[in-house]
Amino acid sequence: MIEIRGLHKRFGSHRVLDGVDLTIRDGESIVIIGQSGSGKSVLLKHIIGLLQPDAGRVVVDGQELAALRGPELLAMRRRFGYLFQGAALFDSMTVGENVGLGLSENGGFSREEIQRRVKEKLALVGLRDVEHLKPADLSGGMRKRVGLARALATEPAYILYDEPTTGLDPVMSDSINRLIRELQHRTGTTSIAVTHDMKSAYFIADRLAMLYQGRIVFAGTPQETRNAANPVVQQFIEGSSEGPLAAL
Amino acid sequence: MDERISTMPDRHPRLFRLADHTIFVVEEIGRIAKLLGGALAALPSLPRSRRLVVDQMVRLGLESMPLVVVISIFTGAVAAWQAAYQFQGWVPLRYLGEVIGKNVVVELGPVLTSLVVAGRISAAMAAELGTMRVTEQIDALEAMGISPSRYLVMPRFVSATVMLPVAVIFADALAIAGAFLVSNLLLDVSAHTYTMGLRRIFQVRDVVAGLEKAAVFGMFMALMGCHFGMRAEGGAQGVGRATTLAVVTSCVCVLILDYFLTTFLFPIAGV
Repeated sequence: MIEIRGLHKRFGSHRVLDGVDLTIRDGESIVIIGQSGSGKSVLLKHIIGLLQPDAGRVVVDGQELAALRGPELLAMRRRFGYLFQGAALFDSMTVGENVGLGLSENGGFSREEIQRRVKEKLALVGLRDVEHLKPADLSGGMRKRVGLARALATEPAYILYDEPTTGLDPVMSDSINRLIRELQHRTGTTSIAVTHDMKSAYFIADRLAMLYQGRIVFAGTPQETRNAANPVVQQFIEGSSEGPLAAL
Repeated sequence: MDERISTMPDRHPRLFRLADHTIFVVEEIGRIAKLLGGALAALPSLPRSRRLVVDQMVRLGLESMPLVVVISIFTGAVAAWQAAYQFQGWVPLRYLGEVIGKNVVVELGPVLTSLVVAGRISAAMAAELGTMRVTEQIDALEAMGISPSRYLVMPRFVSATVMLPVAVIFADALAIAGAFLVSNLLLDVSAHTYTMGLRRIFQVRDVVAGLEKAAVFGMFMALMGCHFGMRAEGGAQGVGRATTLAVVTSCVCVLILDYFLTTFLFPIAGV
């Protein structure tokens, strides 16, 4: 379980998170929605300890992230898989090395086992015979899928998805949404996704949470979200430029 | 806030800017010290990371060799010509070997090689790590539970520290050869006279001290390249700025460190 309490973060004079409170239960799929620049990715980076909060805390499986140092923090991060918005593939490595890096560096796997898992995870995201290619040889959509295969390779307990369907065509978006859902059902993985793609959000979420002005202003099931009285939520899910959310 | 404090930047802008710069410099030194601490703490995992270290040694050391060969031969050649010019009417040219040998081994070899290689190594490190930083590849490493200190910094630190002295050994030999060519072909100093001069002045202690200087320069240029690269921000412009800062700082560090290391490694009796 992940508990986020009173999380504050500012960059210079810009306040990004202003007291985020959120509990993420084991095995659930939660989607954090919000406008571009509302701090969704910043919140994800706090969950895995890539950013340090100015105030507040993130507690993962009973351990407060801010209290962890060095090897303990690295060990905690190995419980997570992270799909970055731009995939963040290592461009000096092949696709196979990218997907297998977490397995080869964190030890305990034979070369054959790593190769087997790399092939398996790439097949899972619909890619075959691409292990020897470099990220520069791939299309944007393929890079995203390799990033997803890399996040899945170590079979983590939590997977963080930063805009999982951005840059993908509608057919591929649907297959990635199904994959996220299937993984969560089949392995009980806890999924935390941030997106502004509402079709994707409704499909993969057990629960949606809306981030607005640095706070979670609403959390509920997809059905509760559709029926929410909160004008901010309504404007966002309808995609209207009229309402409390500023378009620009 | 106290009014006297809140209006201080307006009333004393120069003082405020000086304080701001001082704090920034102290913070930067702290960050570099932390980076060094991280690299040293990762040294026990050297056997596990040997592939990364060897890869860096090839990239930093072997690929710098063509550059080292060219600058060393010409440095030696210029040193011979300059020495001959200064000897005119004062010192016989048969002493060229002594002067060249000493100068190359204690100063020209380590410092000129380090200056030229510093540009190449620290620029390459800052550009590569800077690009990794702005494209979230370093975040991705951390998210996978892999320490950037172990995976990125330590291999570069070790390989620069080891490969720079190796490059200087070649540079010393080639500079002495370059000086010999000028001495022998243009200044009519015989091979026998030149090598006798080299032998008379040769001391292992000088060569070792030169290599020690090169190792320290290597450490610093790796630290500067990694530090500015890992702190790059803001896309291509940020990577460019990081690369420039890494090169300039590495070169300045080499020259400043050279003075302090020289006074320490080559003490003058009675001073």
